[in-house]
Amino acid sequence: MARQEFMTINMGPHHPSTHGVLRIILELDGEVVVNAIPDIGYLHRGVEKLSEDKKYLQVLPLTDRLDYLASGSNNLAYILAVEKLLGIEVPRRAQYIRTAIAEMTRINSHLLWLGTHAADIGAVTMLMYTLREREDILDLIEETTGTRMMPTYFRPGGVARDILPDFDSKIRTFIDKFEIKINEYERLLTKNRIWMGRTKGVGVISRSDAVSLGLSGPCARASGVNWDIRRDEPYEVYDELEFKIPVLPEGDVYARYMIRMEEMRQSSRMLRQLIDGMPEGPFIERSPKYVYPDKERLEGSIEAMIHHFKLVVDGLAPPKGEVYSTIEAPKGEIGFYIVSDGSPKPYRLRIRPPSFVNLQSLLTMSRGNMLADVVAIIGSLDIVLGEIDR
Amino acid sequence: MTDNLNRQGFTGGEPEKHPAVAAIRNDFPSAIIEVENSCGQVWVTVLPSNSVEILLFLRNNKELEFDFLSDLTAVHWPGRRGAEFEIVYQLYSTSKHLRFRLKVRLEEGQDVETASKLWQTADWLEREVYDMFGISFEGHPDQRRILNPDGFEGHPLRKEFPLQGRVRW
Repeated sequence: MARQEFMTINMGPHHPSTHGVLRIILELDGEVVVNAIPDIGYLHRGVEKLSEDKKYLQVLPLTDRLDYLASGSNNLAYILAVEKLLGIEVPRRAQYIRTAIAEMTRINSHLLWLGTHAADIGAVTMLMYTLREREDILDLIEETTGTRMMPTYFRPGGVARDILPDFDSKIRTFIDKFEIKINEYERLLTKNRIWMGRTKGVGVISRSDAVSLGLSGPCARASGVNWDIRRDEPYEVYDELEFKIPVLPEGDVYARYMIRMEEMRQSSRMLRQLIDGMPEGPFIERSPKYVYPDKERLEGSIEAMIHHFKLVVDGLAPPKGEVYSTIEAPKGEIGFYIVSDGSPKPYRLRIRPPSFVNLQSLLTMSRGNMLADVVAIIGSLDIVLGEIDR
Repeated sequence: MTDNLNRQGFTGGEPEKHPAVAAIRNDFPSAIIEVENSCGQVWVTVLPSNSVEILLFLRNNKELEFDFLSDLTAVHWPGRRGAEFEIVYQLYSTSKHLRFRLKVRLEEGQDVETASKLWQTADWLEREVYDMFGISFEGHPDQRRILNPDGFEGHPLRKEFPLQGRVRW
């Protein structure tokens, strides 16, 4: 009788489709995957430990560097948690700006996902097209926040500076162009026979497995979990916007692709509503205990100078308490659990990263599939290692 | 369900209004150590002996259906004698859109039963708690370090662990 033996191979940490530094130990029976054990931690920087030694505002730049493709969403999740601890109100204009940045971030993240995912499977052209539109988004983010990738734009109480006067016209130009471009992307992929062959019925995960494995975001919705935090636990101004949450029952790579394509359309629809309804008013609530004073007042007012000095030296100190606050990031549910002991540094800061939890389902998705499909499955999970390893 | 409850588990500062609190009080009256709330969110601290039983109850209860384990983590309180660690379960119901937090207090060196039989996602989350805090989970299928390398000494998120580490890299 023939002896059955599996072959063990290492995929990564330098494999291009693992998006950074993910290593997967694969056990193969011929070309069929028997076991897939992700080995993570190559990018571990100890963000949670670092945060315990930093003041609340100093933690903010660290959150940009978690999911570096969607830094706006991470900022928003963290800031919302801190605001709940402090119990401060945010002006409506700031909420609108934040929501707009979060949705631009979502488009940005999904565009890069689409390009690299398609390139992994072999449709390299796609990456060139999506990077072109992503460049426009990044330019807009740069104009508004000052940086392309790591904005650190939100503050407790609002945003760091107001949007430029031509923000809405530029966004409108972008959306008008972008909505045509999405149709072009879809024309290249959606009915493409090779694309369908590589993605349909691949990496299937059932609804019950998806819930048990903690899948969130587009991956969960592609398995029939009808859940989106923006709709079910609205934060900022999402309860005033009209949008659809796409849900598909198939749970394969193709369904995850379809969900994200529709999400980009919905995001641009939301952006249109956001710039149409952008209210006038202050972009930050300048409560002296928590928010830096206006820079221009520093030269003329001794009180402003003292506020600034106190905030920089002492930092803001929320009352004793704890909060778990989540938002719908492009990759799924990102949560911040902050325990405050009343000092200006968080006693414990826990980040619930969507990619970390989503990656765990890789084994369930890839078992029984071909080796080449693992590449498609990793791509469809849309992971970012900066967030997984923290 | 009121509107208030739907917003990230907010109950408007009245912990007893949360349906999960009432349900645990009803079925496990002796297990509750404390019911607390902060920022409008409620949590219940229970004894470690029947924590998984309560989690199972919360998951299967038809009124609550906490079918989604959103997060599992720990907090180190070195100053609290006999209760140095807290395991924190963040539960979510994908059908009722309700959130709830359950805490278990442990003393140094005490084990807690694994939740990975109830939710597959607890596997990695518990490995991370083991890696960062050194808390062992009884019955865990594969308890190894996850983010730190295998030969790493110490558990970084404990408060006594120095920020810059113990060895020069």
